[in-house]
Amino acid sequence: MKKYTMSRDFNNLDTFPKILRNNALIYKGMPSVREKEYGIWQTLTWDVFYKRALILAKGLKDTGLKRGEKIAIIGDNRPNLYLSIAAAQILGAVPVPCYQDSVADEIEYILEHAEVKIAIVENQEQVDKLLEIKEKLPLLKSIFFDDPRGLENYQKTDALALDNILNLNHEADISLDEEIDATAKDDISIMLYTSGTTGRPKGVLLSYYNIISVTSVACELENTSPNDEVVAYLPMAWVGDNIFCVAQSYISGFCINCPESRDTLTIDMREIGPTYYFAPPRVWEGMLTQLMVRMQDAAKIKLWVFNYFMNIAKKWGNNILDKKKVPLLSRLLYGLGYLFVYGPLKNNLGLTRVRIAYTAGEAMGPDTFLFYRSLGINLKVLYGQTEASVFVSLHRDGDVDPKTVGPVFPGVDIKIEDGEVFYKGPGVFKGYYKNEEATKETIDKKGWVKTGDAGVLDSNGHLKIIDRAKDVGKLNSGKMFAPKYLENKLKFCGIIKEAVAFGDNKDFVSCFINIDLEAVASWAERNNIAYSGYIDLAGQSSVYDLISKEIDKVNEDLAEDMELSDSQIKRFLILHKELDADDGELTRTNKVRRNLISERYGKLVDALYSKEDHCYIETEVTFEDGRKGSISADLKIQDMNVISVKDRVA
Amino acid sequence: MRVESKNKSSTKIEVLMDIKDISLSFGGLKALQDVSLQIQKGEILAIIGPNGAGKSSMLNVISGIYVPQKGEVEWKGKLRKKIAPHDIARMGIARTFQNIALFRGMTALENILTGRNILMKRNLFLEALYLGMGRKQEEEHRQKAEEIIDFLEIQSIRKTPVARLPYGLQKRVELGRALALEPELLLLDEPMAGMNVEEKEDMCRFILDVNEQFGTTIVLIEHDMGVVMDISDRVAVLDYGIKIADGTPDEVRSEQKVIDAYLGAG
Repeated sequence: MKKYTMSRDFNNLDTFPKILRNNALIYKGMPSVREKEYGIWQTLTWDVFYKRALILAKGLKDTGLKRGEKIAIIGDNRPNLYLSIAAAQILGAVPVPCYQDSVADEIEYILEHAEVKIAIVENQEQVDKLLEIKEKLPLLKSIFFDDPRGLENYQKTDALALDNILNLNHEADISLDEEIDATAKDDISIMLYTSGTTGRPKGVLLSYYNIISVTSVACELENTSPNDEVVAYLPMAWVGDNIFCVAQSYISGFCINCPESRDTLTIDMREIGPTYYFAPPRVWEGMLTQLMVRMQDAAKIKLWVFNYFMNIAKKWGNNILDKKKVPLLSRLLYGLGYLFVYGPLKNNLGLTRVRIAYTAGEAMGPDTFLFYRSLGINLKVLYGQTEASVFVSLHRDGDVDPKTVGPVFPGVDIKIEDGEVFYKGPGVFKGYYKNEEATKETIDKKGWVKTGDAGVLDSNGHLKIIDRAKDVGKLNSGKMFAPKYLENKLKFCGIIKEAVAFGDNKDFVSCFINIDLEAVASWAERNNIAYSGYIDLAGQSSVYDLISKEIDKVNEDLAEDMELSDSQIKRFLILHKELDADDGELTRTNKVRRNLISERYGKLVDALYSKEDHCYIETEVTFEDGRKGSISADLKIQDMNVISVKDRVA
Repeated sequence: MRVESKNKSSTKIEVLMDIKDISLSFGGLKALQDVSLQIQKGEILAIIGPNGAGKSSMLNVISGIYVPQKGEVEWKGKLRKKIAPHDIARMGIARTFQNIALFRGMTALENILTGRNILMKRNLFLEALYLGMGRKQEEEHRQKAEEIIDFLEIQSIRKTPVARLPYGLQKRVELGRALALEPELLLLDEPMAGMNVEEKEDMCRFILDVNEQFGTTIVLIEHDMGVVMDISDRVAVLDYGIKIADGTPDEVRSEQKVIDAYLGAG
């Protein structure tokens, strides 16, 4: 075998297979992937990982996988699935990860569109899904599975255990250097289907150059090293997992930790103590809500200590983190607080060692954001897209503003045209697979990519995202209506899980509310309010009062802004069911599908703009196993007081 | 629920337990009268019947807790006499209870480990010092327990005291403890009583998987007819202590006596 230099010179190492081969040498014996199984963390070192990737690649080659062919990966974050991605890449094949909770026909569309030949999946659940649609996919030759549980009696022609390949050739010295050397930087590294708030998902093609050039800058910026630890828990089909976990781990040599199961994530996080943590705002907010709910049950004295020190953290924590000047006494009190409150709290959340923390995807409430920063967690906002290999803008240490998504990422250019954000840079994708038209629509001739987001650059050079450009509408008064901006403002309060605002071409703004069951249930318990379930709780007038109070606060806030004062919420109703991706109301990344919702609940929207004070609705729901049922409720509509703007003329 | 892929080898029927003409009474109450039942190796057998039909008594006869006044019970072709509880376990018979009988203050993992008790060889000295055999055994049993935890998908509650768990999960831990014995015959007394639809579906899947993966013979008592018809290979129906039907779910479903027993004869 040829010797490779120990340098981190990425001119030679321009594809992941080449980097992996190099890592197997320079990080020999160091952990690359860990998985908790049978209650114990089991480690694969870089050299073993490489060896196994070679064995798997050899096996896949023997089944007839060729360069450029597609291979689907479906399942939770498992070492063997990461291994499968590596093996496919070694052969020059293109891995196509799919969302593991997609229903069969969603997967069918992707597998058909991508012309997938081989599927490597996690377990019986996924195998069953594939067998259901296999007839319609003539190109799909083989299915392999990682976890054999419950699959003993399946015909060998249907699906094979991955172990059949992995247990072969253990002794043999497999060399696929030829294949590895044949991979080139402009080859497609991975194909990711965007969830798509409108229409069918599109396959984003990312080359090795796209990912490596962007990721190595990110690694440099954050000083990642082999000592870092990351917990892989976000869907493998999402670009973030491929950048933050796979790509950065390849480039920096740190270890990816796979949790035991979805339910054990909190425990596993605490055990691993990741230094690098990414979570969408929803997760951060969920953690905070849960924490606050639990604190309400704490003993009086504990609650007092907690509140006292949290106030100190609120006042000084962020400044201490940003290394600004802070009086000595406050510093001491903060230190004491760390001992009693912040430290144990961070430990409880598994965030003790977190050095780099990101959030992205949606706006995050400034209060939530500053809460984590005040605890000394260096939380930063990142703005990105699959099409950009993630990074478009990112907060820098010491220059963090919760209202923005940070300054432009090094190497990326930004321009704003007609309020919409465009970017250009080395991470810009190669195009949508088999969709020339959409590619042309998105990338113009000069290489500028349309984000579809409306935004502005502020005086500090930070980018501020307002809404989806196409969602920004006008009220009949002629004022701007930015639904997502309003919805986010509502969602920041913690008891509102999801909101959908209406107002385009209307006289006033109204909205649907989804309550956060955990938070509202705990409130109900404390106030002795009996309820039988979600529908009942959501319909209670005391819950309406609770939500009204939150909306009043939002309205007050909006009234202060000249541009947005007309966007105050005049009427609202609480939906009887949670908006759900299984019903198509949210995307798989939990973004609201606005058009579908206003169509499905058209009757409710009409009622919001009529004089009615209630509305009867029956809705079809899809259960997790695909069965359908219907639920009905009579929803109350509540009117709100709108604050008139005092000094409009002045 | 996936049943169609069940692929039993139908070549040889091996009888695990042969119950011949047994009668059991408590004073004047005749719980079982001249009941014969064969339990075949590898099957899922459901015993059903209206309240007071003698189902639990039957299960207790199978497990050896009750000794019938009349009739014989053969275990693997050998006549079985009165037997002590720990010997029942040693024979390879494990059970769960209608009312959960776990050690409430202990964690799920510890509860499952108690199921291994019968398989542990004891040496106080080595165990106290965690040396040699003691250590090896500890590790072996822990591994087995972890395999069961993995199998039943209860990793997240491994270290939670069972008293804090919801009912459905407690039932699952109880099943785990029974499995820890590595039984040949598993007796389940109303494994789905008091569960919601989702918990029932989970439990069904686990029962089928136990049967498929470990080849464990399962005898269960259950009231939910949908469940019984779905997962059992064979159904025996008791009414007032008498066996009125015995056959595949379809056969039993169409048997007039069974319909009468459940709906009341006209």
